[in-house]
Amino acid sequence: MNVKRRDFLKIAGVSAIAGIGIPSALNMLLKGEAKATAEAEHQAAPAAHGGGHEAASTAVQLGMVINVKKFGEIKGLAEKCIEACHTTHNVPEFNNPKDAVKWVWIEDFEHLFTQQNRFAEHNALPFLTLCNHCANPPCVRACPTQATFKAPNGNVIMDYHRCIGCRFCMAACPYGARSFNWRDPREKDAGGNLKFIKKLNLDYPTRMRGVVEKCNFCAERVDKNLPPACVEACGDTKALIFGNLNDSNSEIAQVLKTTFTSQRKQELGTKPSLFYII
Amino acid sequence: MYDGGKIITGLIIFIVFMTFPIWYNHGNAGNIPKPEKPQGVTQCVKDTAYMRSSHMVLINEWRDEVIRTGNRTKVTVQGKEYDKSLMLGCMKCHINKKKFCDECHLYTSVNPYCWDCHFLPKETI
Repeated sequence: MNVKRRDFLKIAGVSAIAGIGIPSALNMLLKGEAKATAEAEHQAAPAAHGGGHEAASTAVQLGMVINVKKFGEIKGLAEKCIEACHTTHNVPEFNNPKDAVKWVWIEDFEHLFTQQNRFAEHNALPFLTLCNHCANPPCVRACPTQATFKAPNGNVIMDYHRCIGCRFCMAACPYGARSFNWRDPREKDAGGNLKFIKKLNLDYPTRMRGVVEKCNFCAERVDKNLPPACVEACGDTKALIFGNLNDSNSEIAQVLKTTFTSQRKQELGTKPSLFYII
Repeated sequence: MYDGGKIITGLIIFIVFMTFPIWYNHGNAGNIPKPEKPQGVTQCVKDTAYMRSSHMVLINEWRDEVIRTGNRTKVTVQGKEYDKSLMLGCMKCHINKKKFCDECHLYTSVNPYCWDCHFLPKETI
């Protein structure tokens, strides 16, 4: 075959233009089509989701009102709540703030309400605090194994079997409501007695070294229509009111309607379910 | 083959050594585990064959139902209700871990970590 250099260059040039041009032209056409269908779907989607606006939630979201004034009036009530919780759930007491495991605890006003001014009257009050069981919980999003999840009743609870102890949830929680088991909670002293769990509840497990733990809003009690242990410890004082926030007939909803309450770090958008009467 | 005699002798010694457990026991599987059955009840929550092979699956399913969906409805067998729980269900009948769980788990060299968190019945830990 005898091809002149001039002809060869012509054919090569045309082939190169065709090779580059045709696929990109096709791509552009296909993309245009894909875009058009995506737009059609997008228009159909909002209709299926109630007009695309966030509707008022009808799902159950359990929450709690903490009447700090009541806790100030009744001395020792807050400690009683903590005691009730910690004996129900075998929460260990490590006697060292670095290792501390907290489900419900007393905190200073300024550590709870970082965005508000502190007044002298706050100094004497025992601010009881626990997991906020947020409607938009950052710990659940941080958990890589779905060990922490949002239960159908709005509780943010944990499956300790799945916790790998990465502590992402602890970093994610803006309320410090999560604790890591640095030590074995079942450690025994020389006499064979448990060092850190004073009173054992054999109906509820302990945790093991290397998992994160937190308040579970007494999921095991609430599922049996019992109030959480801390609410039960308050008795008729109404210092703690527990119930479904989304049910307008519930006691808690009535209290929230008529009383001014504060939430912790509301500005973060976690939608906490604890409300404080200060 | 260079050093054929040494290699073949070595191989024979190796095979004899590796199969030691088989010929030493004359093909006997050892003491077959006999887990102690609970007294006073005849029927578990599932049939024996299923429980023998898949009790761990059932326990996992129970756990997911109970904590993920909050479905704590009890399992009824022969008019008796059982909690879907290891501590509050299984171990209420199978009260002796050593004579029930450990019998097979030791035999098959399985080490479940249930008891790192859960309690044994009537146990003082």
